[in-house]
Amino acid sequence: MADPASELKFRDPVRGRALTEALAREVEAAGRTLSVMHVCGSHEQAIARFGLRAAFPRGLDVIMGPGCPVCVTDTPEVDEAVALAAQGATVCTYGDMLRLPGTVRSLADAQAEGGRVEVVYSVTQAVDLARARPAEQVVFFASGFETTAVATAAVLLGGVPENFSVLSAHKYVPAAMDLVSEMKETNIEGFVAAGHAAAITGWGIFEPFAARTGTPVVVAGFEPLDVLAAVLELVRLIRAGRPEVVNCYPRCVSREGNLPALAKLWQVFDVVGGNWRGIATVPRGNLELRPAFAHANARHRFRIDTALVGGASTNLLAEHCICGKIMSGLAKPSDCPLFGRECRPESPVGACMVSSEGSCKIWHVYGGPPDLAEVA
Amino acid sequence: MCLGVPGKVLSISDDGMSAQVDFFGVQKELRLDIVDVPVSVGDYVLNHVGFAIRRIPPEEVGETLALFDQILKEAAGDDLMAEDVRGEMAAGRPPPGEGGRG
Amino acid sequence: MASDRIGMKHGAGGRAMRALIEEVFLGLASPVDGIGLAALDDGAAIRVGDRWLVVTTDSHVVHPIFFPGGDIGRLAVSGTVNDLAMMGATEPLALTCAVILEEGFPREDLVRVRDSMLEASREAGAPIVTGDTKVMGHGEVDGIVLNTAGVALCDRVVTDAGLHPGDRILVTGSVGDHGMAVMVKRHALGIQGNLRSDVAPLNGLVRAALSAGGAGVVAMKDPTRGGLASVLHEMAGKARVGVLLDETAVPVNPEVRAAGEVLGIDPLVVANEGKAVLGVRPEAADRVLAALRAHPLGRRAAIVGTAIAERPGQVILDTGLGRRLLAEPDGEPLPRIC
Repeated sequence: MADPASELKFRDPVRGRALTEALAREVEAAGRTLSVMHVCGSHEQAIARFGLRAAFPRGLDVIMGPGCPVCVTDTPEVDEAVALAAQGATVCTYGDMLRLPGTVRSLADAQAEGGRVEVVYSVTQAVDLARARPAEQVVFFASGFETTAVATAAVLLGGVPENFSVLSAHKYVPAAMDLVSEMKETNIEGFVAAGHAAAITGWGIFEPFAARTGTPVVVAGFEPLDVLAAVLELVRLIRAGRPEVVNCYPRCVSREGNLPALAKLWQVFDVVGGNWRGIATVPRGNLELRPAFAHANARHRFRIDTALVGGASTNLLAEHCICGKIMSGLAKPSDCPLFGRECRPESPVGACMVSSEGSCKIWHVYGGPPDLAEVA
Repeated sequence: MCLGVPGKVLSISDDGMSAQVDFFGVQKELRLDIVDVPVSVGDYVLNHVGFAIRRIPPEEVGETLALFDQILKEAAGDDLMAEDVRGEMAAGRPPPGEGGRG
Repeated sequence: MASDRIGMKHGAGGRAMRALIEEVFLGLASPVDGIGLAALDDGAAIRVGDRWLVVTTDSHVVHPIFFPGGDIGRLAVSGTVNDLAMMGATEPLALTCAVILEEGFPREDLVRVRDSMLEASREAGAPIVTGDTKVMGHGEVDGIVLNTAGVALCDRVVTDAGLHPGDRILVTGSVGDHGMAVMVKRHALGIQGNLRSDVAPLNGLVRAALSAGGAGVVAMKDPTRGGLASVLHEMAGKARVGVLLDETAVPVNPEVRAAGEVLGIDPLVVANEGKAVLGVRPEAADRVLAALRAHPLGRRAAIVGTAIAERPGQVILDTGLGRRLLAEPDGEPLPRIC
């Protein structure tokens, strides 16, 4: 049975090389450039972190889609959080969101200006904070996809103190794939689905999508072997013309998903339309608290005055930001005139450069698709 | 999606709401509100933001490795197959590896 | 691109801090007979006769002030002794100690810090010879701030700029220990385990390495804020070489690795306070490694990389599954969920 060492077998370089070589042969046999898309920032992280981009064969384009929940969080949502900090609330946030700029400022800026902003690892920490500081209004800025939203739902169902509320910026990942598949300009022949979101929703939800679009979907985990095996399987499905859903992450994903978690999710949240930053209005892309939880909804509890955040955007460079196109897989970070120059991690223009899962951030940090095969 | 790390359940609280979990070097308390099935001491669970979001069935780790090897074998098989063999398969025999996955 | 207010990132040891120093503090530099401010090394080295006087100073603001494996007192003494050692000065002549205390600071804690400083000072053979005491009002400073300065004489100065293509990169032990232990404690992240700071004076260890390697040790730096990644970037940048780092060869304690996985933080960017990075000529690498491993503080020393002529200023990481660039860290690493 699994022991600590066995976890490392999902990073075993010998199997990794075998998978990489098999992938190269499959892609070459295809005889054309294949474009596949993943919709998960953590997949891009895994690919970048383990150097898999250098291992993918030429002729295979593994594109990152709009799968970074931080990147697609629209500026007005960040402004709401910043305004609440300016209005005296204690805003708790996951580390990923701290530096994301709103229209003018980020929560990090608000913190630097004396606002009470706390980075938490878990929503439960925010609840504990509210209990420990009954005189403060504690607002949890809830970001992330449904994988993370289930935790927010769980704490609300478990009962929270009166001084605690939630500002929901949660997003719903199936909308991301629908969005991209409807774009005529893309040439995506297969999708890699996010393994941990699928652990919650189940892989069955992709079957109608695969049938409707005629594109195969593989569900992949996040260890390097998970990614390589899933991409290899996807290429095989594409070559064989099989628009099926294949679960390559059976240890964490089942067809029907995590039913108790889903029940809690839909008890607390509803899917609503909203703007995804830089992309479009996405009809079923945002998760908002249902009316039964209005008492814990920061948007109901407070009159959030985003005018406090500052007037019109002074960020003229934002006009040139192409994060939206990058997130849709229509452009690469290196296509952006600001990339690596005016737009860098320490001085980000767009969301993709802020988030640890943003394409631009990852490309900048890990060097883009490096031609490292030439290095001795 | 998002950062999910596997760990082993060391102990479970009396009310069953939380567990002390070992991540092969450090331990952390996880909430059990949203795990898919009841967990026991010794089970492996997937952690996301301090909540167990999935009980990893013990046999699945070994099965995952078998899955990788299966995918590799089939890819190797693809190379060796000539067009006429594919035609044969299309005529009636199922392609290898169809069953038992997903 | 200068911001008009100082942010936390300016103290985090990464790119922003370097930019601040270059833009603001380099203006203080004036020519010296030796290595001065403009070199931005761990310390300065002034020629005195046929020897070098090495000088360094550090302020310590770590919180919490007591953490598993050490405290601010041990950190202060070790930090300064190590900066001297990184310049090649392994016999400290003297340390100073200036203290700024917040009104209300418990005397008992101060005594505990003092005891730690004494212990570290004895370990290093570095006497504390003078100091200063100030008290500020409640809320005007956070508990305690320590500043230490150190002086030493040595015959040969080792900078951080001496790498040539082909030189080997050595680390004296496991990485990420200090930063991970302090971060978990500071943010009350609810992670339990044997995470301990590695804070320790390294002058004895470095003396052994220099004894074995002599002029073959061409660069040294200790990976404090910003971790191994930061040091390799500095060494690569200053020497205009690339560095190829073998991730599988870098020693990491299982607790640190596990905490890093759970929090989404890479041990390669996390601080150490009891480790050194050495650039060593290839013909001397094995004997320097042996000398390190023979010392109690260097048991897990390893050769982890090589300087290369390509990609000057960049650090390439070989993960075992593929290669990628290792970025220069910027700002405090934060736990992430995605």
